[in-house]
Amino acid sequence: MSQLAFLAPLTPEDAAKALGAQGARALSGGTDLLVQLRAGRARPSVIVDLKRIAGAIGVREEGGGFVIGACTPGILLSEHAALSRAWPGVVEGASLIGSTQIQARATLAGNLCNASPAADSVPAMIAGRATCVIVGPGGRREAAVESIVLGPGRTSLAPGEFILEFRLPPRPKRAADAYLRLIPRTEMDIAVAGAAVNLTLDDAGTVTEAHVVIGAVAPTALWLREAGAALVGSRLEAPAVEAMQAVVRAACRPIDDKRGTVEYRTRIAGVLAQRAATIAYQRARGVI
Amino acid sequence: MSKHHISATVNGDPVEFLTSSGATLLDVLRDQLNLTGTKEGCGSGDCGACSVILDGRLVCSCLVLAPEAEGRRIETVEGLSDGVRLHPLQEQFLKHAALQCGFCTPGFLVAAKALLDANPDPSETEVRYWLAGNLCRCTGYDKIVRAVMDTAAELRQARIPA
Repeated sequence: MSQLAFLAPLTPEDAAKALGAQGARALSGGTDLLVQLRAGRARPSVIVDLKRIAGAIGVREEGGGFVIGACTPGILLSEHAALSRAWPGVVEGASLIGSTQIQARATLAGNLCNASPAADSVPAMIAGRATCVIVGPGGRREAAVESIVLGPGRTSLAPGEFILEFRLPPRPKRAADAYLRLIPRTEMDIAVAGAAVNLTLDDAGTVTEAHVVIGAVAPTALWLREAGAALVGSRLEAPAVEAMQAVVRAACRPIDDKRGTVEYRTRIAGVLAQRAATIAYQRARGVI
Repeated sequence: MSKHHISATVNGDPVEFLTSSGATLLDVLRDQLNLTGTKEGCGSGDCGACSVILDGRLVCSCLVLAPEAEGRRIETVEGLSDGVRLHPLQEQFLKHAALQCGFCTPGFLVAAKALLDANPDPSETEVRYWLAGNLCRCTGYDKIVRAVMDTAAELRQARIPA
């Protein structure tokens, strides 16, 4: 610890420079990093706190969509009425993480870059077709959320790169999302399986666009294009839903442990996807 | 390597301290500012014994690096009482015997204060969910929940103009 430095840059450019140093680690809400520091699993030379960068914390509406600062804690997402109305699945994914104390700190960028297969906020962000604005030594680039996590603990961010903000696209009418996860108790646990569904409907209630993403059942969250395609043109009649569930179950490659066997996680992923689709559909219809 | 000179506000008083980069806010509160009411339980954000209010938000001080506290407002369990009278939450915890070993109690008190600041009329379910990040191995939680509910009722009553 004696060699550790701490920097809190005020601009994205200074942050990218600081993160370019050998052994630098980005600090967002700290709910993963501080645990790793204490356990000796992370031994950075410098910690770069990104929260003082202008715009790093907060939600704003822009171009019909939403821009979410990468260091925005979960509680600010659930307190944001317009975001919660437009993207209830994104907000419920983030809100499921941890206790009141954790919600005041834990962030979307941290959850994504920690790169756990079970990250609760990630499936709904992918299903929502969210992108991240990434800042690094080479300037800025924008990338889809699903391109960030490569596997457990591994991301596609280059040295010096960090996520500055997330962008959620404009919401058409009759569109909504939902996220569900299964845990063995009522809260404060890690997903055994999770599913996010994002739907857009036409006036008659027929699905015109659908995105299905599953979590905790493979090394990364999986965006299943064919599962979404199975729902398009339907009003969630049984054959369409069963076709979607078949794609989900075929894609599952979960671990097998005491919290859930391969068979159980695979079966449950299909159930969660069906239920999340139903909730998203009802929300899009304005029924709930 | 580098020491940071940090200025913050603790329980309404300006404080300054020197800290290393890797120290937590909990380390500084207990070992430098001698505010030992805040307890270290797990050190990993699971138990809530180190709960403090940081800029109006309930956090685990073990998950905050001390240099992050620059310019921030921190409230600890020591700030609950006015120095003469206990806070109504503390009175109700005593009345209900909502503690046995007492190690988790400061965290519960701070967490409950944050709840009642945000929501003066919580349902029992809201109290239980809000306090789910605070672990107690002695009481079974029921007396704690009842103490918080009774405090909420008492504070609501006190707000009604005579």
